[in-house]
Amino acid sequence: MQIFRTLCVGFLGLAAANLLAMPSVQAAGKTLEIVQKRGHLKCGVSQGLPGFSTPDNRGKWTGIDVDFCKAIAAAIFNDPSKVKFTPLSAKERFTAIQSGEVDIIARNTTWSMHRDTALGVDFPVINYYDGQGFMVRADLGVTSARELDGATLCTNQGTTTELNAADYFRSNGMQYEIVAFEKADESVAAYNSGRCDAYTTDHSALYAQKLKLSQPKAHIVLPEIISKEPLGPLVRQGDSSWNDLVRWTHYATVAAEEFGVTSKNLAKMKLSSNPSIRRLMGLDGSFGANLGLSKQWAVNIIRSVGNYGEIFERNVGVQTPLGIERGVNALWTKGGLHYAPPIR
Amino acid sequence: MSAKTWIPTPARPAPANTVGFVGWARENLFATKLDSALTLVCAALIIYLLDVVFGWAIVDASFSGEDRNACLKQVQGACWPFIDAKLGQFIYGRYPEMERWRVDWVFALGLIGLVPLLMPKVGFKRANVIFMLGFYPLFAFFMLTGGRFGLAPVDTSDWGGLLVTLVVAVTGIVGSLPLGILLALGRRSELPIVRALCVGFIEIFRGVPLITVLFMASVMLPLFLPDGVNFDKLMRCLIGVALFASAYMAEVVRGGLQAIPKGQYEAAAALGLGYWKTTRLIILPQALKLVIPGIVNTFIGLFKDTTLVLIVGLFDLLGIVQLHFTDSTWATPETHITGYAFAAFVFWVFCFAMSRYSIFMEKHLSTDPNQ
Amino acid sequence: MQVLVLAAVLGAMVWLVGNVQSNLERQNINSGFGFLSERAGFGINQTLIAYTEDDSFGRVVVVGLLNTLLVSGLGIFFATLLGFSLGVARLSRNWLISKIAMVYIEIFRNVPLLLQIMFWYFGVLRNLPSPRQALSVGDAMFMSNRGIVLPWLEAGAGAMWYGVALLGLAAGFFWLRRRTLKAKLTTGHSTRFWRPLLVLALALFGAAALMAGVPFALDVPQLKGFNFRGGLTVIPEFVALLLALSLYTAAFIAEIVRAGINSVNKGQREAAAALGLPERVALRLVVLPQALRVIIPPLTSQYLNLTKNSSLAVAIAYPDIVSVLAGTTLSQVGQALEIIFVTMMIYLSLSLLTSWAMNRYNQRMAFVGNNT
Repeated sequence: MQIFRTLCVGFLGLAAANLLAMPSVQAAGKTLEIVQKRGHLKCGVSQGLPGFSTPDNRGKWTGIDVDFCKAIAAAIFNDPSKVKFTPLSAKERFTAIQSGEVDIIARNTTWSMHRDTALGVDFPVINYYDGQGFMVRADLGVTSARELDGATLCTNQGTTTELNAADYFRSNGMQYEIVAFEKADESVAAYNSGRCDAYTTDHSALYAQKLKLSQPKAHIVLPEIISKEPLGPLVRQGDSSWNDLVRWTHYATVAAEEFGVTSKNLAKMKLSSNPSIRRLMGLDGSFGANLGLSKQWAVNIIRSVGNYGEIFERNVGVQTPLGIERGVNALWTKGGLHYAPPIR
Repeated sequence: MSAKTWIPTPARPAPANTVGFVGWARENLFATKLDSALTLVCAALIIYLLDVVFGWAIVDASFSGEDRNACLKQVQGACWPFIDAKLGQFIYGRYPEMERWRVDWVFALGLIGLVPLLMPKVGFKRANVIFMLGFYPLFAFFMLTGGRFGLAPVDTSDWGGLLVTLVVAVTGIVGSLPLGILLALGRRSELPIVRALCVGFIEIFRGVPLITVLFMASVMLPLFLPDGVNFDKLMRCLIGVALFASAYMAEVVRGGLQAIPKGQYEAAAALGLGYWKTTRLIILPQALKLVIPGIVNTFIGLFKDTTLVLIVGLFDLLGIVQLHFTDSTWATPETHITGYAFAAFVFWVFCFAMSRYSIFMEKHLSTDPNQ
Repeated sequence: MQVLVLAAVLGAMVWLVGNVQSNLERQNINSGFGFLSERAGFGINQTLIAYTEDDSFGRVVVVGLLNTLLVSGLGIFFATLLGFSLGVARLSRNWLISKIAMVYIEIFRNVPLLLQIMFWYFGVLRNLPSPRQALSVGDAMFMSNRGIVLPWLEAGAGAMWYGVALLGLAAGFFWLRRRTLKAKLTTGHSTRFWRPLLVLALALFGAAALMAGVPFALDVPQLKGFNFRGGLTVIPEFVALLLALSLYTAAFIAEIVRAGINSVNKGQREAAAALGLPERVALRLVVLPQALRVIIPPLTSQYLNLTKNSSLAVAIAYPDIVSVLAGTTLSQVGQALEIIFVTMMIYLSLSLLTSWAMNRYNQRMAFVGNNT
């Protein structure tokens, strides 16, 4: 039975070749060490949401969430390209972070108490303040979400959106039918084809998905915001230094905006005598070292992705096709909610 | 009285209505009144369907254009320019354009190795098998993933389209066959524990849907491994598919094992052969030959099942076609049907070819005097 | 040797379980099945039993399971019907019919099922008009991109009596059938069957009407606001899934039926013809019963495949067990291990149950077959 023997040998060869190349053994707990040893960050993102994380035809990812992971890579490696993005569906995301398939998830995920306390994950910080809204066809003649009694809603399966919609319609005594798809693309396609009267998800995502419709102008986003959706990255529970690193990566970009530090004026800012800016730039103190990073950590972040304002405007701001105003996502000094604790 | 030779009158030709096309039609299409009625209804149905399909795919279809405007006629059939524009994506996914020649090489070499292997008349089977199962997988692996021998590394998350479909199907097939054979032998083993384990494995995997297996492989497998050990998502799905297929393969092989007459075992025992020698030299060669059609059918099922990987976020041919429906430059009412028709055609060609091959092998083997 | 294998397998299991435990503990993930009694909080658009957002995840499991059973049950029914017709058609002496059946089989079984489901859902059904321009049959039945809406009988209080009457009628049917069969076997004479049954039906439903009046109202759907209200709505996700499952599986069943019929000895047909049985009767009474013995085992596995394949519902948002349990519930609760375990167990028990039932039936058929 020569064939059988060669078959077995071939199979084992194949398996061995794969196994030799693939596994990477990591030590328990210390995510930063693991990432440094591996040489790149593994970041879970959405499967395609313009402005937040979306791949182009060549597989290059862009968006706010993508920039967040790039910022972390820049802080660790001084190289924003050392990230591997893993697109995840809404239902896969928690399992993927629990199981260690990714180091961090930046996937426009709502921070809720249940998720924070029961799923073995931590939300270090909020990087986008959002709320749930509705999109309908303009020719439907609906101007308010209160008029949606009896409507069919398309949404994404396994999201807080699904729960909020149920709460909103029930508490207002309205009837509804929900069609929940596994992938955002499928729900948008179904809404586009007329399966549903309204598409409901986070407000920012409504603007993003609108771009994918065959006639974006024929649809309007209703004014109501029916929920609080604080979106942020999430990490595995139990590694608080990794948690710190993620949190301060975000705060560094917010603080930079507050102090007027941008990716363009870094050289000039290095000469600044403002003690806050000097600390941010790693000129005074050893803040980087305490995170396990270099002194230049914040400079590396800002050089690669810019400050929070730059990230926002580049990906979703009024100049982009999404055209979203800063609104609650402005700095606290400008009436928004973004507020970085002092770096000192 | 002169002797009269009896000369038979030459046979008259058969009645005109029993020969030729008319005769054939009378026999096969209009044998009874009911038959005639059915034939007419069917003919009408065929003409109608042909008209619909032909009209959609050719008459009303668009064949060239740069974007959706090419496919927005009043009466619009298929939107073929969509396929044309996306063909590279459908075959390679996001595999970097500069590196696509590597995929082409893998495809080409696979074809060169496979075709002679499938033709019973061509010799050098042994060398061919060693080539296909020893050298080729390594070649394909290093070519596709890169990172060695001066090839740029290509991450498996950039693989897509037909490439992923074929990688999943071929690995599933190659992986499931040896495992399936072992499981089948285990199920017929006289050792009760081995048998119970094999039966358990087979029945569990045959009892659950593939997507739960894939879901386990794609996101849950790391939970079962020690903290920190992890490997590629595509690889995990391949393992899931191979395990799933091996359970089905085991049942096919078991059918072959059961068909071997008891005398074969007894003869082998009389020659003093042990279990492994008997199995390897006497039983398996006969049993596997018997179940080649069954094996090919399992392969066809596996090939179709590769589409399920799109549910766990890998982009096989169907997944990548669906992904490109979201491209607003090609959003037309006909884009979906055109894309599905294209994907269906590709899958159909592969599956139909395999099923014909299975029938061919069945015929070829049944005329074998050794049987 | 056996001990070695067992030790290896047990060792591997202990190792796996240990890994899972340490992974779960380290990350402080909830475990156990306590979530089943918690409030689900999300809506489901097709429920066979009463369900609201206030019900528990446990009820969600039941709702999803019933949806799976509904689509598999109907799928099995239609696939069998179509498959047997195609299988017989494939062997028809009519060339055209046999070729049509062949083309159908070769097309439908060689295209992946998931693709067919998506084709029907995203390709075909989405092109139906909106509710306001719905296609209608007599202003009572409507077809739109929201699904098919049918008039439906609304049962009020007292409808239970009709249910009791129906049960009584079923019991009467079986009793009468046994009686006629017995009479025929012992005396050789046919006794009346249909007339007493009719009398019984009239009596039972008359009694129910006396007890409860007519507690039924015809609920005709009407367009109100965004969509139709009232009546029975068959959602397009269900239609697409049922269509794809039936058409796909029918192709496989047709091949099984063909092989089964071909396996019946030619002499049987000739004997039936010699007895003067018309071809149709011969097929029904002589050939098919014998073919069934060959057909049933592979048919069973096709039924199982159909049931498992119904899990592809997740691709088009039909709320089956995989979609609501391993989809929505999983992401709300986050306990992948428990939920995937429950899902697999449900399918495993469905499989075992179906094979058990079909094995019983098969044994009966085999017994009858040996007697004739």
